[in-house]
Amino acid sequence: MEWIDSYGLSLATFLPVAGAVVLLLLPVGADGLLKLVGTVFSGLALVVGVLVVARFDYAGAGEIQLEVNATWIPQIEASYHIGIDGISLPLFALSLLVSFLCMIYCWFHIPEPGKTKAFLSLILLLETGMTGTFVALDLILFFIFFEVVLVPMYFLIGIWGGSRRQYAAVKFFLYTLFGSIFMLLGFLAIFFQGSSFDMIALRNNPPLASGTLQNIIFVGLFLGFAVKVPMWPFHTWLPDAHTEAPTVGSVLLAAIMLKMGTYGFIRIAYPILPDAAMYFGPVIGILAVIAIIYGALCCFAQTDLKRLIAFSSVGHMGFVMLGIATLTDRGINGAIFGMVAHGLITGMLFFLAGSMHERYHTREIAALGGMLQQIPRFGALLVYSAIASLGLPGLAGFWGEMLALLGSYQPGGGLDPFLFRILMIGGGIGTVLTAGYLLWTLQRVAMGSIPEKFAAGHNIPDVRPLEWMAWSPLLVLILAAGVYPKLVLGVTDEAVQTLLGAFGG
Amino acid sequence: MDLLAQGLQLGSSVDWHAVAPDVILTVTACVVLVADLFLADRSKWLAMPLSAAGIVVTLVAVVSLAGQRRTTLGGAYEIDSFALLLKGVFCIIGLMVLAISFNYFRTGVRFQGEYYFLMLCSLLGGLVMSSARDLITVFIAIELISVPGFVMTGLRKNDAKSNEAALKFFLFGVLSTAVMLYGMSLIYGVTGHTLLSGIRAALVVGRDLSPAAQSAVGISVPGDPIIVLSVFFIIVGFAFKISAVPFHFWAPDTYEGAPSPVAAFLSTASKIGGFVGLLVLMFTAFPDVADVWRPVFAVLATATMTVGNLIALRQRHIIRLLAYSGIAQSGYILVTFALIDPASPAVNSQALESALVYISIYAVMDLGAFAAAIAFARRGGTYFIDDYAGLWQRSPVLATLLAGFMLSLAGAPPMAGAWAKLFVFLAAINAQVYWLAVVMGANAVIAAFYYLAIVRRMFLEPPEIEGPVEVPFLLRTAMGAAALALFVAFIYPPIITTLAGGSIF
Repeated sequence: MEWIDSYGLSLATFLPVAGAVVLLLLPVGADGLLKLVGTVFSGLALVVGVLVVARFDYAGAGEIQLEVNATWIPQIEASYHIGIDGISLPLFALSLLVSFLCMIYCWFHIPEPGKTKAFLSLILLLETGMTGTFVALDLILFFIFFEVVLVPMYFLIGIWGGSRRQYAAVKFFLYTLFGSIFMLLGFLAIFFQGSSFDMIALRNNPPLASGTLQNIIFVGLFLGFAVKVPMWPFHTWLPDAHTEAPTVGSVLLAAIMLKMGTYGFIRIAYPILPDAAMYFGPVIGILAVIAIIYGALCCFAQTDLKRLIAFSSVGHMGFVMLGIATLTDRGINGAIFGMVAHGLITGMLFFLAGSMHERYHTREIAALGGMLQQIPRFGALLVYSAIASLGLPGLAGFWGEMLALLGSYQPGGGLDPFLFRILMIGGGIGTVLTAGYLLWTLQRVAMGSIPEKFAAGHNIPDVRPLEWMAWSPLLVLILAAGVYPKLVLGVTDEAVQTLLGAFGG
Repeated sequence: MDLLAQGLQLGSSVDWHAVAPDVILTVTACVVLVADLFLADRSKWLAMPLSAAGIVVTLVAVVSLAGQRRTTLGGAYEIDSFALLLKGVFCIIGLMVLAISFNYFRTGVRFQGEYYFLMLCSLLGGLVMSSARDLITVFIAIELISVPGFVMTGLRKNDAKSNEAALKFFLFGVLSTAVMLYGMSLIYGVTGHTLLSGIRAALVVGRDLSPAAQSAVGISVPGDPIIVLSVFFIIVGFAFKISAVPFHFWAPDTYEGAPSPVAAFLSTASKIGGFVGLLVLMFTAFPDVADVWRPVFAVLATATMTVGNLIALRQRHIIRLLAYSGIAQSGYILVTFALIDPASPAVNSQALESALVYISIYAVMDLGAFAAAIAFARRGGTYFIDDYAGLWQRSPVLATLLAGFMLSLAGAPPMAGAWAKLFVFLAAINAQVYWLAVVMGANAVIAAFYYLAIVRRMFLEPPEIEGPVEVPFLLRTAMGAAALALFVAFIYPPIITTLAGGSIF
């Protein structure tokens, strides 16, 4: 298995895009063949990913492993530098897993207007962009992967989306482009201060003294990542994009693409610009708590189930950002845990919302009801995922929120404990509100009586075998991570300690 | 004196290997012209393969010179990596334009033989320009590029628009040539040299002398009005050729009226010829007096990209859109001139490198876009962007290729256009001309609107007309090769950047 060390990450990253190229060469009509090839390539990438996970040395999770550093563009000193550590490993594995599950889901459901070949190719291209983002250790390489996901997602929303797809696609694209231009300017400024694009070199030896310049650069990176997360008040593209996107598009967006923003904070902005991170810590914390409460309140007002899940993402990502802002061991570990948990749970919820729409042809909460009577297994999955999302102990959603709140009790990096304790209270209120709207939604959708128009003569199928296949890994992992949080925390902790070294402990 | 000496030595001292590419192309042009006389009407198309073969042999001759540095014709003609890279670019432009032109001229317009002859002559001008290191050679080259262009523009002689285009182009072209020539003669009068190296040396001597000594030798300081005036005249002359604002008015009308393949040629080969002349003059003759003319370029660049982009936003006709987009792209290249610093060779070489990277990538992506527009307009199609609606459902391959070229022109991954912009960006930041980098960044966002508008129209809107667009083999090949080249250069940019980076005069 020596080859995994040098080629594993590259293979896992580029196998999907190779699959996309193969798909383009196949005939248009052969849907079964197209799906098979797409699944095979995505599956191979996942297999390589599993081998990487097996090969990873967990004792040294704080260090970069499976590193490859090759010359790429010597003129600007950008290199093909990839590697993985405890922070990126869970996200790397998550993006491969969820993409593969989406491929399986596509077996029986290609949204209107069909065009299997283009649809699957775009998903594979997206997979490469997402996976690459989590392994890139060079700022230019990171930027490229970060941008590569834009184009396929634009098309996925714009072509296969709902009724307002054009508006949503353009809004998504322009928002993200706007943020990433400032991010690129920030990267270039870092390059001219530290004369390197290498994230690890820059982390070990932050090039900028604390002061105005570092703060300005931090703001540039902040804009790029905050739009992606999305943090309040940059979140307005998210409900539209999520609601209009086809099911697998929403799943990938929620489960992985949002994490690219928070990952950017942990991997780039915080370690390279530590003083600015401390300087802006309170601002980020406040924005995060506003997002938590605002997201929860918005959920109460939603009538569309998918839009409700989208707004719940704003809140959950708020917890992740709060954890990061605390600059503590607990907070950042909690943030990474929260990222993984949100990926599993919200990915699952979007799968369910998509399948529900396919069965009932509506996502209006008011029009649904009695799911537990009519399709009991499906209803049970909905209850399970929603309860995981509200943070019930024993399921994955709990640990991320708990650790983020715990971290804010005693923030690190010289942050004001008083402020963060107030934020902790705000976050606590947010968890109550979250539980409130999710339970209320369950009560309206899963319980109650079956609406008349679905009651008689409508054969609403329960969970199909292929759906079980696509969903069961997520369901199992939600439980596993909840019962045994060390599954994630054991991997991340050492890397987080390395990161926190920059903040004096 | 230089002239006389050169004339006397000419016969004996020509380095035939060095001038081989130009000679081969000259011979090809003559053969095409003569062959056309003897070909029957139905086999006139043979002029095209003949021209293509000639260009391929020229390219071979260029490659055979790789890595060499030769000077001939008394220093007026040089082979160096700069010249070789650009000769290669011109050959590739020539091949692509041939592929684009073939079906257009074979079915629509007459004068096939004449057209190919004129195009080869114009291309020869570009090859000569790449090696020209003397005012007179530069002048001959720019005329050789322009004059056949006037005739080619008017080839559709029964069409009033084509006549108008040709006349406009001719009048503007002649005026600009006169202005440029006036500037050149003044420079010769002041410095007593036509060789660019001689001019540079004289200017440096003039700069370093005391005022008394200057008046004794009769050489002026760089700030002397006559030098300012003559450099300014030369810049204005070239500004017409490269359609820089405010000397751009001819371009959209000329492109629209000319046969479309000719417009493609003018917006790449002809424009790049102008840029090469400007690069040669500014980097080899006048770098030491850059303080005088640098601000002129800063203003030109800002005006060109901003005006070009803003007017492009409102275009409905694809050729006019490409004309304005081409003006804006000229603006990005002009930025590199505004960075030249007499005191810093490192800044200058990076500026030159970025200009060459931009020019090479621009040629391919712009020709690709023209090819797609021509392919769409064949057989009852139109040039109106509104008619591109739903093209993806009619001709997925054509739509995907055009989208790729649009993304590349916009500077978005996964196409090489992203690197073109990034390199100019880096050069600007390296030269600490931050405000131009910001202006360029803002312009890139404006440009994204109209490039993506076409993508949106093709992919997200339903088609109004059904049925695929039929694309002939050569056009398909040209577009496919261009898109592939842009994609490969995106993945591994050193294939261009090493050539450009090694380019020195």
